Amino acid sequence: MITKRIIACLDVHAGRVMKGVQFVDLIDAGDPATLAARHAREGADEIVLLDITATHEGRQTLLDTVRRTARDLFVPFAVGGGIRSADDAAQVFEAGADKVSVNSAALANPLLIDAIGRSFGAQAVVVAIDARRDPQAGDPVRDAQVFVQGGRKPAGRRVVEWAREAEARGAGEILLTSMDADGTRTGFDCELTAAVSESVSIPVIASGGAGTVGHFVEVFGHGRADAALAASIFHFGVSSARSLKEELARAGVSVRLPC
Amino acid sequence: MRVTVIDYKAGNLTSVLKSLRHLGAEVEVTDADLALVGNAERILLPGVGHFQATERLDATGLTLAIRAAIGRGAPFLGICVGMQWLYAGSTEAPQQPGLGHFVATCARFPESHEKVPHVGWNSLEVRSRPRLLAGVEAGEFVYFTHSYKAPVTADTAAVAQYIEPFSAAVERGNVMGVQFHPEKSGETGLTILRNFLSWEAVTTA
Repeated sequence: MITKRIIACLDVHAGRVMKGVQFVDLIDAGDPATLAARHAREGADEIVLLDITATHEGRQTLLDTVRRTARDLFVPFAVGGGIRSADDAAQVFEAGADKVSVNSAALANPLLIDAIGRSFGAQAVVVAIDARRDPQAGDPVRDAQVFVQGGRKPAGRRVVEWAREAEARGAGEILLTSMDADGTRTGFDCELTAAVSESVSIPVIASGGAGTVGHFVEVFGHGRADAALAASIFHFGVSSARSLKEELARAGVSVRLPC
Repeated sequence: MRVTVIDYKAGNLTSVLKSLRHLGAEVEVTDADLALVGNAERILLPGVGHFQATERLDATGLTLAIRAAIGRGAPFLGICVGMQWLYAGSTEAPQQPGLGHFVATCARFPESHEKVPHVGWNSLEVRSRPRLLAGVEAGEFVYFTHSYKAPVTADTAAVAQYIEPFSAAVERGNVMGVQFHPEKSGETGLTILRNFLSWEAVTTA
C-alpha cells in the first residue's frame, strides 16, 4: 500500500543548519550532512534542504553542502533556494540532489518548470507555493494569494490556478506552505491543502502549522495531503520521524514502518 | 564487482552511481561505447523520464550490444524506464519498441480516484524467491515515482499495489528489472543493488 511521507526539512545558511523563526533568533543546529543522515536513519521518508539565504556568493557553499549531504543518503533528497535557471538546477542535480524545489523564480519565469522537467524529468521538479487565504476573493481558499520573496510580496496569482499551471508545465510535486498557519502550531490549513490536492493529479506536500501528531493525521485525512513537511520534528513531542510515524500508524495512517 | 552503467541522456545518474560506488563497485559509464558493453561484466540501465528517450539506445547501437551481452550471460538490471524497456514497448511511446525480452507491453495506470503519478514508498509482495530480492522480506518498502508500469506476468518477481497490482520487479535468468528506485530506497534498496553486484556472470565462451 502507498504510504504517506514524512519529509524532514533542513534550513541551511552558509553551510550550517539553522533553527529559528523567520531569520529571528537563528541558532546553529549543526552540520547538514550529519543531521540529514540522522533523520534518514530515524525514519524520515525524504529529506529537503532549503538554502534560506540563497545569495549568489553562497552558491558554491550550497553545492558543497549538497554534495556532502548526498554522499551517504539513500532516500529521496530535494534541494531548494536560489535555483533561478536550468543551469542552476543542473549543478544541484550533479551535486547529488534528486529533486529541486523552485518558488519565486518559477513565478517570475514559469518556463523554468518546463525547462527543468524536460532535462531531468517531472519527478525532479517540485514547485513550492507560499499562499495566504484571501478574504476579499470569491473563494478565499481556492483563490488564496500566492506570495514570493519569502512571503513578503504578492505574486498576483491564485493558489489553485498556479498549482494547475505548474502541473501542466511539468512539475512533479507541489510543496504547499500555508502562510496563515505557518509558525502557529495550531495545525495545517487542511482546507487549503485539500483544495490544491483535489485540483491536481501530482502529489501535494503540506507545510506550515504543525504542532501535534494529530495535526498530521488531519492533513493526511481531511487535507488530502500526500506528504507533510516536518520542519522541526522535535517540536511535536516526538523524538524522531519514526516515533511520529508510529503514532500516525496507531491513528490509522498508512506510513512506512518499520523504517 | 565491475558494472557498466548506460547513460542515454534522459536524466541524472548521480544517485545511481553514488549508491553503486558506496557498495564498492567499480563503475564505468557509457553513452555509446559498444566495445565497453561488449566486454561488460554486468550492465545497469537506469532511467527516468519518457519512454521515447530509449530511442537513443537504438540509434547508438547499444540495443544490439546489450542484447548480445545478455545473450552471453551478463547480468542486466533495468531501473524504472530501464525496466520498462525490457518489455515489448510502452503505450507512452507506441512507435518506440523496447528490447522485447519480456513480451508484455507497459501501460499507464488506469483512470481512478487515485493520483497518477504513483509517488512514494510502497510495499513489495515478493514472489517465488527471486535472486535479485534475496534478503528482502514481504512488506518491505521501496520508493516509486512513475505513471507507466508493467503488468503482472509469470516473470514478475515482486508485485506492488497501486490502483491495480503491477510488476514492481521482474526477473528471468540473468535479466532483471525494478520499477522502483533502489538507489533511493534505503537499506532495502542497497540490499537489492548488492544482490545485483554480486551476481556472477555466466560465461558461455
